[in-house]
Formats: sequence, structure tokens, C-alpha cells
Amino acid sequence: MHMPEYTAKIKEISARLLKEKKVEMVIGFRKGTVPMMNEPCFVKMPEDVKELVWDSNCGINLANYLTDRKEKIGIIAKGCDSRNIVTHIIENKIKREQLFIIGVPCKGMIDKNKITSMFENEINEISEHEEKIIVKGEGFEKTLNKNNVLQKNCKICIHRNPVIYDELAADLLDEQKDIDRYEDVRKIEAMAIEDKWNYFDEILSECIRCYACRNACPLCYCPTCFVDESRPQWVGKSTNPVDTRTFHFLRAYHCAGRCTDCGACERACPMGIKVRTFTKKLEKDCLELYGWEAGLSLDERPPLDTYRPDDPEDFIK
Amino acid sequence: MEDWEPRIVCFLCNWCSYGAADLAGVSRMQYPANVRAIRIPCAGRMSPKFILAAFMKGADGVWVSGCHPGDCHYLEGNYYARRKFALFKNLIEYMGIEPGRLHFSWISSAESTKFTSVVKKVTLAVKELGPRKQGIKRGVYG
Repeated sequence: MHMPEYTAKIKEISARLLKEKKVEMVIGFRKGTVPMMNEPCFVKMPEDVKELVWDSNCGINLANYLTDRKEKIGIIAKGCDSRNIVTHIIENKIKREQLFIIGVPCKGMIDKNKITSMFENEINEISEHEEKIIVKGEGFEKTLNKNNVLQKNCKICIHRNPVIYDELAADLLDEQKDIDRYEDVRKIEAMAIEDKWNYFDEILSECIRCYACRNACPLCYCPTCFVDESRPQWVGKSTNPVDTRTFHFLRAYHCAGRCTDCGACERACPMGIKVRTFTKKLEKDCLELYGWEAGLSLDERPPLDTYRPDDPEDFIK
Repeated sequence: MEDWEPRIVCFLCNWCSYGAADLAGVSRMQYPANVRAIRIPCAGRMSPKFILAAFMKGADGVWVSGCHPGDCHYLEGNYYARRKFALFKNLIEYMGIEPGRLHFSWISSAESTKFTSVVKKVTLAVKELGPRKQGIKRGVYG
């Protein structure tokens, strides 16, 4: 099944839900004002479903827009969105009964930073046909293989199918097998201690502390974020390297056992910082220490909200 | 730098390790004066913010001590804490702070000897690593 069929099915389901008044709105994607940047879209009238689209530019995590909503909502959910919806439900940020989940088996999103950096001139239009991405701009046109320009997290994704849904917009896909999800983390773990420090100094040197990574993240919904706390002030607001580092590591730690590696943070970063480097370490440790993958079940408590008497503790004196 | 002494911030649970420190004190036991004790109501109260803030403000080492598993005054605070510590300790090392700068222990209020021996071990470990070179944010007062 190809992207236009996905879009048609999403429109059909959404229009039906709105007409039958099963939901008050549908959260999905519409075409953005610039290429490769589809934006979230809240459809409340059946006649407005024509705005909805589905293609390889829907990388934003829509679970972010569910936090504390009170109405009945239809939501488009790819694999990672659905896992964040599960996380939202078990953290009491939304009720399952409020949701009609339109599951979309996902074939991966394209990396806009990577594509932009491949061309000198501005890209004016992107279209896709099956596994090909066609890029058009001032005086050039090029066809790319989608597999070569996937977002990094999509390349190593092992949950492309939604884990919960009420209706599917397409047939379920085969999941990717034999994926090494933590190659990059292991590379850093193997570094000498000073090299680790310098490595993070370097990748964080571009950070302008805009908090786009935090705002794009469906996990970051605290009424007051620790970066905004002032009595005591745990972390300064400047781009001092120590402050920046503290911010990124503490943000990642807050996502421990909750992060689904949806890549929304990295996608949102205007400076191209590899923000997932931080969260992935915790994801790896949660899997290795507690056998946990976030957002797969409504019946299990997340790893930091439970314990076992025989948890590993060889690091404790 | 021969007379350099490390500054170690330690967070002690009110119900056990803090009592152990008290017992060590009234028993006139000797231990290195490098630790600065902060009393917390339970190991479960520990936030990673405390540890990062201590490191950021120039601590050479941080040590957190609570009740033995099964002995928590609040029944399970230290069980939850243990998971948080495990993940956080790994994260600290991952970001490039030597593992020998962050320590955890279980010390009951009767174990004043264990308290003094852990103080010695922690101090020694941090001393061997020397002063921190990176990651300290100097304030207006240096």
C-alpha cells in the first residue's frame, strides 16, 4: 500500500468518526508551509478532513497533543506515537476511553536535515513515489532512495506497527529483524573517560538552549520544568557548557524508561544536535537491567515506578 | 597540590546512615573530615538534581547512603531509589565523570564501623582521582 492510499483511508475513517460524532476532533497531519515539515492538524468538522495527509514527513509525535485533554479524540498513531499514547495512559495524562486510535503501520520518516544538507540550493518541493523521494529546487531535480534518507531512529525501529489501535489505516507490516539498536551507545561506552567528556562537549557546543527538544517531546509535560525552577535553581539558563550539559542529561534522565525513541527531539533541534544520544543510553540500560521497553503494555508499570527485591545492586557498598 | 583534600558531598538517610554517623560521632570514632553530610528523609528522596548540582558547584565526589533493602522506614523507598541510582550511576559515567566520584551504600543506624570504613573508602577513591578538571561552574565568588 502506498502513501496516497494511506491518506485516503485516514480521511475516510476521520470523516466517519466526526460524522457519527464518535469523536470531537481528529488529530493528524497536514502539509506544512515548507517542504518536509508536515504540521499537526486538529480537524473538528467532517468537511475539513481533506486537509489530512500521510507521507514520509510525519515525524512529529502526536501523543504530545493529548496531554490532559478532556474531549473524545481520534488520533493518528504510527508505531512510536502509539507507544507514547500507552505511556500517556499509564501516566494518567489521558484516558483510553477518550481515544479512538487510528493506527498507521509506519514505513519510516525521512531525515530533513540529511536531505537539506545534500543540496546547496533551497529545496522547494518534495514528493514521493513508492520507495523513491523526488527532490525539486531552484535549478535541480533529484530522485533519492527513501531507505538512504530515513531518520536514524526509523532505520533501527523495531516497532513500526502501532501497539494499540481501534482501526488500522493500512495492513500491518513485517517488523524489522536483527537490528542492532545500540551500536552508537556502545561506541561511546567504550571511550576513555576524558574522551566521553569531550565528545559530549563537542556535540553540545551548538546548543542554544531553545528547548525545542523538550517541547517536541510527549514525555515533557511537567507543569514547571526543572530548567524553569528558580528556588533553588538547579541549572542556569545560560549557554554555559556546564549548564547545557546538565540540562541535556537531566532531561534524558527524566525520560528514563519512558522514551520510545520516536526521534521528535532530534527532529525538532534547529542546530542538528544528536539529542537521542542521551536518551538511548537510558533506553539501553532499562532493557538490560530491567528487561523493559517503553509503551508496549497498558498493564505493566514503568521501571522506575516499580522494583524487584533482587534488582541488581553490585555498585552499592 | 600535595595538601589538596577532596570535598565530598554526602546525602544520608535520616533513619539509618545519618544515625550511624551520629553514633560514630558519640563513640569518638575517627574518620576523614572530607565529607559534608546532608540529611535526607529517605534514600527515595534523592533526586539526580542534587547530585548534578553538587558536581556542578564543585564537589569532588558525591556519596549517597540509605537503609539496607527491606529496612526502609517507609517500607520501599530504598527499593525505588536503587533503580534510580543504577540508571543514574551509568549515565554519569557515560557522560564522562569518573565512576569513582559517585558512591552508594547501605548503612544501618547501628553500623557506625561500616560508616567510618565507607567514609575512608570513598575519600580514598576520590583522592586518587584528584581534583575535578571539568564541569565546574564558577560563580561570582569563584
